Amino acid sequence: MGIVERLREGLQQTRQNLIGRITDAIIGRSKIDDDLMDEVEDILLQTDVGVNMVSKIIDNIRDRIDKESANAPERIVPFLKDEIRSVFMTERAPAGPLPPSSSTRPHVILMVGVNGTGKTTTIGKLAYRYKNQGNKVLLAAADTFRAAAIEQLEIWADRADVDIVSHQMGADPASVAFDSFKAARAREVDVLIIDTAGRLQTKVNLMEEVKKIKRVLTKQQEGIPQETLMVLDATTGQNGISQAKRFHEALNLTGIVLTKLDGTAKGGIVVAIKDQLNIPVTMIGIGENIEDLRDFDPEEFVDALFG
Amino acid sequence: MFQELTGKLETVFKKLRGYGKLSEKNIQDSLREVRRALLEADVHYKVARQFIARVQEKAIGQDVFKSITPGQQVIRVVYDELTALLGGTARDVHFSPVPPTLIMLVGLQGSGKTTAAGKLARYFRQKGRKALLVAADIYRPAAIDQAEILARSAGVPCFHRREGTDPVDICVEAISFGQQEGCDVILFDTAGRLHIDDEMMNELVRIKKKIVPHEILLVADGMTGQDAVNMAGQFQAHLEFDGILLTKLDGDARGGAALSMLSVTGKPIKFVSVGEKLDALERFHPDRMASRILGMGDILSLVEKAEKAIDEERAKEFEEKLRKESFTFEDFLEQLDQIKGMGSLEHILGMIPGMGGNVFKNLSVDETAFTRIEAMIRSMTREERWRPEIIDGSRRRRIAAGSGTTVQEVNRLLKQFSMMKKMVKNLSKMNMKQFGKSLFSFR
Ligand SMILES: Nc1nc2c(ncn2[C@@H]2O[C@H](COP(=O)(O)OP(=O)(O)OP(=O)(O)O)[C@@H](O)[C@H]2O)c(=O)[nH]1
Ligand SMILES: [Mg+2]
Repeated sequence: MGIVERLREGLQQTRQNLIGRITDAIIGRSKIDDDLMDEVEDILLQTDVGVNMVSKIIDNIRDRIDKESANAPERIVPFLKDEIRSVFMTERAPAGPLPPSSSTRPHVILMVGVNGTGKTTTIGKLAYRYKNQGNKVLLAAADTFRAAAIEQLEIWADRADVDIVSHQMGADPASVAFDSFKAARAREVDVLIIDTAGRLQTKVNLMEEVKKIKRVLTKQQEGIPQETLMVLDATTGQNGISQAKRFHEALNLTGIVLTKLDGTAKGGIVVAIKDQLNIPVTMIGIGENIEDLRDFDPEEFVDALFG
Repeated sequence: MFQELTGKLETVFKKLRGYGKLSEKNIQDSLREVRRALLEADVHYKVARQFIARVQEKAIGQDVFKSITPGQQVIRVVYDELTALLGGTARDVHFSPVPPTLIMLVGLQGSGKTTAAGKLARYFRQKGRKALLVAADIYRPAAIDQAEILARSAGVPCFHRREGTDPVDICVEAISFGQQEGCDVILFDTAGRLHIDDEMMNELVRIKKKIVPHEILLVADGMTGQDAVNMAGQFQAHLEFDGILLTKLDGDARGGAALSMLSVTGKPIKFVSVGEKLDALERFHPDRMASRILGMGDILSLVEKAEKAIDEERAKEFEEKLRKESFTFEDFLEQLDQIKGMGSLEHILGMIPGMGGNVFKNLSVDETAFTRIEAMIRSMTREERWRPEIIDGSRRRRIAAGSGTTVQEVNRLLKQFSMMKKMVKNLSKMNMKQFGKSLFSFR
C-alpha cells in the first residue's frame, strides 16, 4: 500500500503548532493570496470547527481584507482570532457555573452526554469546587445502568468530601433524581449535582429516559434544574453538532462542559455549536485530577485553538 | 445516517447523472463535494486530499469515459477505492499456536476499553475459548469493579489486585493465573491515557515488553475528529499495535476517523462496537464502513437493483409520457408493479441515500400503502384512469367504497398524482429518488 507510506510521511508534521504553520506560510509573501487562504483553511480544518464553519470564517476574512484594504499577510492571524472570538462574544450567560444564591436553593445541575465524555469526573471536580466555596453539596447517582457507575461516583463524593444519594444498580434513574431532590431540600443543600448514564443522542428510548429525569425535577419545582450541562469530549469531531442538537432539543441545555483539553485535540466543534445552536461553553476539563476544572474563557480558548 | 451529508452526496450523484459524459472538470467539481463529505465525516484533511487525488487519477482514466453511466462509475470508483483502503476483507486477531493468546487493549480515556474487553471476552467464549479478563486499570475510580461486573456478565473470570500494585506486575501475575486456570485467551484492560503523557505511555511499553502480547488493539472512539491521526500515530510510535477496535458506531457518527487512523498507522480495523450490551461487537466490514463514511446508504445495490428491475426502454416511454403530460393512472399502476419487483418498500427506501438509516426509523413504512393505492386505481374506470380530472365527488365516493378506502384517501391520491406529474415533468431523467418520495407520501 504505497499510499499509506506517503500519507504517513505527510502526517508526521501535524503536531507542529498551527500558528507556527501560518507564520511559515506568511514568510516571503507580500500579500494575502489564494495559496495563503488555502493554508489557513487547512489549519482551521484541523481544529474540528468543521467545513461549514471554515467556509464561513474564510468568507468573513476575505470581506474584511477587502473592506479594510488590509492585504498584509500578518493581518491573517488577528483576523482569524477575531472571527472565532466573535462567535463566543454573543454569550448571554456569564462563563462558569452561577454561584447558587440561597433564594433558589438547592441549585440543581443535571449532567448529560454521550458515553465516556467525562460526566462523572466533571461532577467530582465541580462538587469539590462548590464545596471549597463553602457550599453544602449533594450528588445523585442517577447512572444506574453502567457497571460500577455508582461506585465511581461514590469515590468522587468521597474525594470531594460531599454526600451522595444512590439506589441499587438498575433502579429507575428518575426516582433517584426525585429522592435526591427531596433529600437536598430536607438537608438544606446548596448544590445538587445529578450524574446520568452516558447515552448516544440517537437512541430514542434513552433520550426519553433522560427527559423523564428532568420532568420529574421540574414537577417538584418550576425552574428546576437550573442548569442542564452537556459534557462534550474535545476529541469529538463533527458528531458533536448532532450531540448538542439532539440533547438541546430534548433538554434545553444551558451550557456545555468541554473536557480532555489537556490532550492534543482542539475541541473546535464548540465553535460550530455556538454558532449554530447558541449553546455557550461554560467550563473546560483539563485533566483527571479533582482541581482540573476551569471556567471557559473565549480568549484563552482561541489562543489554544491555534497554539 | 447523517441526513445532511447524505443529501450532499445525493446532489453529487444527481449532478453526475445529469451529465451524459464527464469532462475532467465535471469530475473535479464532483470530487470537491466528495471531499467535503469526507471532511464532514471527520476524515483527516490530508487523508481526504490524498484520497481525492487518487480517485481523480482513476476516474479520469478512459474506462470512465467509455462507460454508459459515467456518473455511477465515478461513485463506484470512490466507493471501491475507499473500501480497498479500509482493508479489503475483514481480518481476525492473531492467535498464538501455544495458548494462552495474550490480547492487550489500549487507548484514550473514555474510548470504551473496559466495555470492549467485556465484549471480546464474551465473543471468544462464544467461540468455545476460555477467556480471562485482567483489570489492569488501577487509576480510574471503580474501574476494577466495572471490569469485574462485565466479566461476570460475560461469564469469564476476572483477575485483579486491589492494592496499589504496579500494572506491569498485575499483568505478569495474571498470566500465571490464566495458565493455571487453563485459559486460552487473556484480555488485558489497561487504563485510559493521553498519547502525550510520556509516563503513562511508558507504562504500556513496560507491560508490552514484559508480557509480549500476541495482539495489541487500539480502542478508539468512532466519533473522534481530526485528532485521530495524532492519537493513533503516537500509540503506534510507542507500541506498534496490531489492529484497531472502533467504538460507539451505533450512533450517527460517520466514523471517518477510521480512515485517518488506518492511513497514519497502516493498521487494520478489526472490530466495531455498536452498542452498550455485551453482544454488540462485530467484525469490521470495509465495504459497510465505506458506505457509512460516504453517507451513501447502500446506494450501489440500489443502482444495481433498479437497473435490473426497470427496463430501460419502459423507463424512457414513461418519461416521454410524463413530459407530454400523458402519464395516466394506468401507467402509474404498471410502474408500481415494477417498483414492487425491486423488493419491499422499506428495503428500497433504506437503500436510497437520505431516506435510509435513521431518517425513517421512527416511521414504520406501511407496506399496505401500495396495496391501497393499487386498490383505488383498480376501482377507477378506464376513462377515470386516463382522465383523472373527471373524477368528481360522487365518483370519489364510489372509488372509496369500491376499494375499501376513504374519500380522504382518494382525494390524497388524486392530489399527489397531479403533483407528481408536475414534478416529474420537470425532471430531465427518470429520478428514482423523487419517485420513491412521491410514493412514500401517499401513506
Ligand atoms: N485527560 C483527561 N481525562 C479526563 C477528563 N475528564 C474525564 N477524563 C477521563 O475520561 C474517562 C471517562 O470519564 P468518566 O467521568 O467516567 O466519563 P462519563 O461521561 O461519566 O462516562 P460514562 O458514565 O461511562 O458515560 C476517565 O478515565 C476520566 O478520568 C479530562 O479533562 N482530561
Ligand atoms: Mg459516568
